[in-house]
Parts: sequence; C-alpha cells; structure tokens
Amino acid sequence: MKILVSFKSVPDPNEAILAGAAASAAKSVINPFDEIAIEEALQIRERGDAVEIVAVTIGAPAVEEQVRAALAMGVDRAIRIDDSRVLDPYAVARILRAVVEKEMPQVVIMGKQAVDDDSNQVGQMLAALLGWPQATFVSKVEFLDNKTRARCTRETDAGLEVVAIDLPAVITTDLRLNQPRYVSLPGLIKARRRPIETLTCNELRVDVRPLTTVLSIANPPKRAAGTRVDSVEELIAKLRQEAKVL
Amino acid sequence: MVETLVLIEHDRERVKRQSLHAITLARQLSGKYALLLLGQGLGEIAASLVSYGASVVLVADDPALAEPLADRYATVIAQAARKYDSKILLGTSSTFSKDILPRTAALLDIPMLTDVLAVEENDGSISYQRPVNAGSMLATVKLETDRCVLTARATAFDEPAVDAAACPIERFEFDAALLPNRMEFISREQRASDRPDLTEAAVVVCGGRPLRDKETFERLVGGLADALAGAVGATRAAVDSGMAPNDYQVGQTGKVIAPQLYIGIGISGAIQHLAGIKDSRVIVAINRDPDAPIFQVATYGLVGDLHQMVPQLITALSKGAESA
Repeated sequence: MKILVSFKSVPDPNEAILAGAAASAAKSVINPFDEIAIEEALQIRERGDAVEIVAVTIGAPAVEEQVRAALAMGVDRAIRIDDSRVLDPYAVARILRAVVEKEMPQVVIMGKQAVDDDSNQVGQMLAALLGWPQATFVSKVEFLDNKTRARCTRETDAGLEVVAIDLPAVITTDLRLNQPRYVSLPGLIKARRRPIETLTCNELRVDVRPLTTVLSIANPPKRAAGTRVDSVEELIAKLRQEAKVL
Repeated sequence: MVETLVLIEHDRERVKRQSLHAITLARQLSGKYALLLLGQGLGEIAASLVSYGASVVLVADDPALAEPLADRYATVIAQAARKYDSKILLGTSSTFSKDILPRTAALLDIPMLTDVLAVEENDGSISYQRPVNAGSMLATVKLETDRCVLTARATAFDEPAVDAAACPIERFEFDAALLPNRMEFISREQRASDRPDLTEAAVVVCGGRPLRDKETFERLVGGLADALAGAVGATRAAVDSGMAPNDYQVGQTGKVIAPQLYIGIGISGAIQHLAGIKDSRVIVAINRDPDAPIFQVATYGLVGDLHQMVPQLITALSKGAESA
C-alpha cells in the first residue's frame, strides 16, 4: 500500500501568535495537524501493513528543513514542489491532484487544517477533484476488507461518528488521532543526507493561479481590561448588578 | 436564477439554529437567496424555514440522503447551485459545512473562504474578513472570481428575524441512482442531554485540565452549568485527558462560541482556547494563578482554588434561586 502524506510548513504557532502581524519572523515547523498525519502513516506501517510512505509539500527551498524533519520521522521518500507563491487551498488541492496522479497512492492523509490559515478545505477539495471518498476530522483509522476500505471515527459537533469508506480515499486528521513522535537530533542529521525530490508545477504539468488575495492582515480589536473580584459573593453581586447577566 | 444558496443544517428533528445565521450574511449580499435542505423526511423542518425571507426553500428529500455523507451531499448541492445559477453558496461554519462545502466548491471549480466575519464593499469591489492564526490576526481578502463558497462564523452574524411572508417550498429533484456510493455511514454517538446546545446557550461554563477527572469535571463544571441553566464546554487539554467528550471542545479547532456569560474554570487562557470565546459578552475566570493570561481578557477575574470557589458559587447560586 502506498500512502501519500501532504504537509505544510507553517510559522511555529506558539511564536506566531505572540508576534501578531509580524508572524513571518517566527521559525517554521511542520503544521501540527500534518505531523499527526505523518505519524499515522508511520503507525499504520508499524502495525504490520507493508506501506510505502511518501511525503509531499509545496514551498520555497527554505521549507526543506521541514522536509528533512518528515524524513527524520521515518517517511520513505519526500517531495518538494517548488513554488514560492502564497497559494490558496483550491490552488494547493489542484497541485496535489497532479502529485496524486503521478504517485497513485491508495490513501492520502493530511491535517484537517493548517494552523496559520485555518481554512480546513484542501483535503475535501482534493477528494472532489479525484472523485474519491473522504473522511475528515478523523480520530481513528482502521483498514478493512483486505485494505480495500477504511473505517474512520470522526470528531463532529455532535460527538463521534463512524464511517466506512472505499479506498483510494482522502483522510484528514484531527488532534486526537495520535501523538507524533519526537525527532532525535541524530535522526535529523542523518536525514540531511537523504535525497529530496524537487518538482516544479511545470514538470507536473499543472498550471494554477490562486484565486484569493490577502489585502491586509491586522491585529483584532482588544477586549477592554476587566477587574478582579475577591470573593464568590462579590462575583455574584457584580454579575447581577453591574453586568446584569444573572 | 437565485444568486445565493444557503445550506441549512438540521439534526433530523429540527433546524440547527446556528446554521440560520448564514441567512443574515445572505441578506447583506445583493440578490435573492434560497434555503437548501438535504436529508429524509424533511416536511416539518422545511415548513419551519418559510418565513426567513428566502425566495424559496429547496428540499432534497431522499433515503439516499438520510445521512450527511459528503460525496452525496456535495454532488446534490453542486447540482442545485448549477440549476439555479447561484453565484454564492453559503453555510454557517460547523463540522457539517466544513466537511461538505469545500468538496462542493471543488466540484463547482470555485474558491471558498472559511469563517467569514464580515463582508465589505468598496468601489464595487468586495472584500471579506476572516480570522487566521487561531484568530490572533484578521485577514482581509478578495477573490478573483465572483462565484464562491463562504462559511459564516455564527458568532459574527445575528440570528435572522423571522418576519417575512411565507415563501414556497419546492422539491429539488435529482437522480439518487447516480449518486456516489463509496462512503457508508456506520454509527454516531447518541448522548441525551438536558443541557442547552453549547453553540446556542446564553451561559457556558468551561473547564480545563485542573478539574482532574471526569467525575470532578461533571460535578463542578456540570454542576455550575446546571445552576445557571447553561451549557458545558472544555479545553483541548481537558478533552485530551478524557475528562470531557470531543464535542465539548471550545477553541481554534473546536467550537467558537459567544454567549452572554462565559465562565472559565481552571483555564489558563491559551490563545487557541481564547480564539473560541473572545466575543462572549461577559467573561469570568476562576484560576489559582494570578498571572494566567485569561485574566487579561476576563471581565471579572477571581483568583483562587477552583475546588473551593466553584462549590461555593454553586451553593450561593442555588440559594439565590430558592429565595427568588
């Protein structure tokens, strides 16, 4: 079985959030949800299903650090699609379709959303373009029927839901699917010697332009500071008399 | 031809009130809008939607749509959008719309924007505001096409007034035999609850990891919610620790709420959680750590041990209710 894991290089969320509108200064990491996707592919292999794991990302040469991190985690091959543009989810999905058509995996796994853009669209769009089933916000994956189907537990607004989907399919990961392994420093150093395939959109024969342009980014309005109360009684009194919510 | 199509969500018994907020966004856009319902046995639910000022309520009612399987739903919604030549397809952000609408957008070959907070028009050019980076930043974006899919963040739009003359209900016909058949619904959790829906409640009490375990969480967070007839929410950490189920999670990747009163118990105020509660009218925080970030956004902050404070609060509120 071949699994294609797609990941995005994002500003470290812990730093980016503090930096506010200057977020591009933060160091980059593999998008946390995509790390969970890579980990899931590795665990599927470790459970005994013979699996080739290919990781793919789209970005400028600088993202090669994240590609090496994916290799260090244990993926078999890694591909970087060389494209420095700011791409919207639909452009990403169309590029990934070309990668899928080239690699022909049985499963595509990716994080449900990138923590910088928070769009939660790429996996679903890719599934539509391929005409494949999808399972989104997945917290558990099991293969059935000699790996021709996957049984997925999904985290929805109403609680957990279980679906069974035919393969090939697209799966997007939610937080509780697994805990990604740490990458050791020796692992990272060894990964430096592993090759990274680089492809351009031209070579993939795909020509997409983003349909969304970001005009500006601003800090949101700040909430006015509140007050401290010293006791439960004082809190209740203020909620009743001042805020009038009780 | 209907310019805007609004996807309405239901739970097989009634409309999800949150999904109606997209109608308020539809009213801000130019042109007519239609409401679209998919499922099975939708007569009563459709009837409840006729006074929202839509030109028509479209109902795709078929056993093949009994469960919201994304491949089938996206196919039918795309067909409706094409038939009515709609330029904009709208929904309110939820796991339902996030599962189905991006797939629909790709079927229609159009882009999508998630969690729209506001729409602005300047010199005939439309721009949309949406949160990024866990809502720590607001992006203003424009689209290169005039056809798109949008999900509205419910907390950014009021519930629409029900004041229009009744509109017709029309069956949307499609060939169920031609729908994709490679996804199968197996089961969903059914947890009965007397408490209000987390996204609709006027009062929400959320708990964090310091609640220690499921029993304590339910006793203190649940107990306080019940004393206030409110809903219960949780941080990611509390859900990860097994204290609360996933659908209680409030935050960047969980639910975004804006109740009249939010009370955070044992919650430090990580940005990802604050992303889900920032627009609450009144924020109360109870935490042992005076430097917890949540105190910077709290209307009222009470520094103290929650295991003492919360039982006192529950008792005082229950007494108050008795003597009232």
